[in-house]
Amino acid sequence: MRWLDRLRIRIAMLLGRRRAATRLDDELTFHLEHQIAENVAAGMKPDEARYAALRTFGNPALLREQSRAAWSWNWLESVLRDFRYSARTLRRTPAFSLMAILVIALCIGAATSLFTIVRSVLLRPLPFRDPGQLVMVYEHFRGDWANQDSFNYNVVSPADYYDWRAQSHGFQDMAAWRWWQFNLTGEHDELPEVVTAAAGTWNFFPLLGVQPALGRTFTESEDHPGSNAVMLTWSVFERRFAGDPSIVDRQIHLDGKPCTVVGILPKDFAYPDATVQVWVPYQAVATPESLRHHDWHGSHVVARLRSGVSLASAVSQVEAVQFHEHMQYLNAPVAEDVAPRAITDDLAKDVKKPLILLLCAVACMLFIGCLNVANLLVARGAARQKEVAIRGALGAQRWTLVREQLTESLVICFAGGAAGVLLSLVATRWLAHAWKDLPSAQGIHIDGMVLGFACALVFAAAMLAGLLPAVTSTGRAVFATLQASSRTTGGSLSRTALRKTLLTVEIAVTVVLLVSAGLLLKSFVRLRSTDVGCTTGNVLTMSYSLPKEKYDKPEKVNAFNESLLARLRALPGVRAVALGSTLPGNSWGGDDIFTIPEHPPITPGAELPDALNRLADPGYFTALGIPLLQGRFFTMQDRDDHASKVIISYQLARQYFPGENPIGKHLVVSARDKSGYEIVGVVGDTLWQVGQPAKATMYFPLFSGNFENSFGFSLAMRTVSDSLAMSVPVQKQIAELDPQLPVSDVLTFAQLIGGSIGNASFSATLILVFAALSLLLASVGLYGVLSYLMTQRMAEIGIRIALGAKREQVLRLALADGLRPAIFGLALGLAASAAAVRLIQSMLYRTEALDPVVFATVAATLLTVAAIACIVPAWRASHLDPMQALRTE
Amino acid sequence: MGKPSDLVQGTLDLLILKTLLPDQIHGWAIAKRIQQLSGEVLQVQQGSLYPALHRLEQQGWIKAKWAESETGRQAKFYSLTSAGRAQLEKETANWNRLSAAINIIVSEA
Repeated sequence: MRWLDRLRIRIAMLLGRRRAATRLDDELTFHLEHQIAENVAAGMKPDEARYAALRTFGNPALLREQSRAAWSWNWLESVLRDFRYSARTLRRTPAFSLMAILVIALCIGAATSLFTIVRSVLLRPLPFRDPGQLVMVYEHFRGDWANQDSFNYNVVSPADYYDWRAQSHGFQDMAAWRWWQFNLTGEHDELPEVVTAAAGTWNFFPLLGVQPALGRTFTESEDHPGSNAVMLTWSVFERRFAGDPSIVDRQIHLDGKPCTVVGILPKDFAYPDATVQVWVPYQAVATPESLRHHDWHGSHVVARLRSGVSLASAVSQVEAVQFHEHMQYLNAPVAEDVAPRAITDDLAKDVKKPLILLLCAVACMLFIGCLNVANLLVARGAARQKEVAIRGALGAQRWTLVREQLTESLVICFAGGAAGVLLSLVATRWLAHAWKDLPSAQGIHIDGMVLGFACALVFAAAMLAGLLPAVTSTGRAVFATLQASSRTTGGSLSRTALRKTLLTVEIAVTVVLLVSAGLLLKSFVRLRSTDVGCTTGNVLTMSYSLPKEKYDKPEKVNAFNESLLARLRALPGVRAVALGSTLPGNSWGGDDIFTIPEHPPITPGAELPDALNRLADPGYFTALGIPLLQGRFFTMQDRDDHASKVIISYQLARQYFPGENPIGKHLVVSARDKSGYEIVGVVGDTLWQVGQPAKATMYFPLFSGNFENSFGFSLAMRTVSDSLAMSVPVQKQIAELDPQLPVSDVLTFAQLIGGSIGNASFSATLILVFAALSLLLASVGLYGVLSYLMTQRMAEIGIRIALGAKREQVLRLALADGLRPAIFGLALGLAASAAAVRLIQSMLYRTEALDPVVFATVAATLLTVAAIACIVPAWRASHLDPMQALRTE
Repeated sequence: MGKPSDLVQGTLDLLILKTLLPDQIHGWAIAKRIQQLSGEVLQVQQGSLYPALHRLEQQGWIKAKWAESETGRQAKFYSLTSAGRAQLEKETANWNRLSAAINIIVSEA
């Protein structure tokens, strides 16, 4: 049972090592005593016997070492010993250790938080059955106008979806959903609340593989126009219904219509967004007429791949169906092609690029942190050169010395990593909360994989920071220090070169970060100060929606709007009121194709004229400050039967009526009704979103009573002073007209527009913070290096001053020494930036990637900070007492 | 006797195993017995004896026990394990073969 004995011995060696050591001592002492006894028995005197025995015995310490060398677990013992020594050494220089740990903690904390977010958003699979088999299918228009910014993924029309499902068999199944919005009230119309909703086909949840937490999902028979089934999401179930399971099969009111709750969705289901509160069947919010339209696009289609059929062949089948539709409806905006997209990409499309950019920035910061720690370690290594040289001369192997130094950097990185992970717990929560656009489909939290990543980072950082100092401080050149006296000036030349090189690289990376941050910041400032085309100061906005059940006739809608306008205009503190559909800068709204009867007909298959459609009351343009360029505004006569008038934007006039007067001509919009709309005026352009070019817009009279697709109205009130203070009086007026009508999105115009550029501001701010931290690290590193250099050259400077050098000359000498690596680093960094900024070109708005102002500012900033960092050591060097310097060792 | 290299280490293991065959004895007695049995030719140094003993113990050929010695003090007594016995036979066979081969070459006229 040899292996059993061996195992027993190994365990005993692991656990009872100290006991084994004392036993070894006992054994050797026993042997020695016997030798002495033998010598005495041979006739020597006791003292002589003892000396003779010791002589033959040899060096007891050496003997002990040799015996112990045969023990098992020696490698573990040496590792633990290294850790103990490193901890002791670091404890002796608390300032250095603390600073190094802090630097690493900051960098690893930032990297871990960002990785947590990247993992939740980009890497983790969604909580569906086989999410790898799910794709989103979009329509794709071939024209240049659709693809000018980037590849075109267009939402799908209902008729296209039904045709695809019926006529193609490449996918296992396809489901569709679309955004919606309801006024949610209780059974007795209490507690009105505007909720974001989604309408999904009956097979949507089965296709995804989502089981309801309570109740059931929709049946096929419930998916019809006017259906009154509804499913609640977990968040509204807990929030509004207190998690009471009896809500299933009870009724709630959506837009005044009683609907039965058939089921509750599980807690971790937050597709497409955490803001969706209720789900209704797809056809419940549609009319049979609208389901047959191929040109009203608004739905998202999810498809599951069939096993054995590749994505390409399934998509080509669907494409064939779509192209057939296109050829049938050449005069309508029906797409030619179909484009698939992975479901995770779909969810992350807005944040993918900024996230990757931030990840790169954090990687740069971590790199700089490691270089900083490496610099610090090199400085320490320089101080311990004699010790290392003596140990090497006494016979220590190079690997042992290197391992000891690596252990030191490992201990620093472990401590820093632990602190960093704690830091990231806080930072991640804040980031997830502050970055509004993150698709938080499953919640963002730290788990095993993130911790594993943090550990890997710690090891990588330790290697990066520790290897170079360890290897360079234990080379052959070290023995030369044993010969050098402290008065020679060339002794540590290689060390200073190493430190200067590290510093140059640090500064170069910092410059790259600073340039990126500067460009993003400039782009954001440009974005912010873009003129949307109307007055934005002191304007209060809010939205409301008139439910179809209560306001079923156009007269009722007009009556409400008219009386509301009259009341609001009479309020003190309100200068002007505008009532419309979607306000400028508040995203797409909706668009329609149109034809111009006075122009020759469009050739079938050519690009169809298309414009955004908006509603406007007669006072809309004056209230918002949109200038009239030609013709007239709407009047109170443009209503009901006389409402077939339209006002067009300057872009529309320029694009579709080049060189002619559009007033008096007509637009025929097939989506509205077949009769034409007479153009009565041309107004100035407004942007539909900050950062995007202006698009042709057509405005229809608000009081026409012709609303097919939506009942959403937006109010914009120009107030005398603080606009938010007017929100309560305005809401009171609305409540007086209809107490059950809730308003939503009560914001100032600036906040409304700001919402769409919130992301640009956020990523620009974060990168600026990283760049500033890197600059701080680099300047501290520069300070450290220059102090070290001056200390090394203290004897030389003392001699110079004693020989008559002026203080200013020494100051200049010191500054030049310190600024040289800074300037090299700056040049290197600027060159690297010129290459790197091409990658972020797509994120910049109206800013050149090679913007000279930004580059110049960064260079000036860096030189200033470098000069400040250098000034203190240089000053100290120039004020050296020469006698002191020459006497110091 | 001097201390040349690897040959001695290999044969020292063999000698120790053979010495422990009859009964269990402590380190000092092992050295003494080897000295006596070889007719004072082989004198084992402590520097090689104890490392060898510890190595053999770690390998599992011999096992150790602390007991009272003849002088009344505690001493570490070594004895052969059954695996050690097998190893002794193997090493003896090896040694015989090796020394026979060397003998043939050396004693050729």
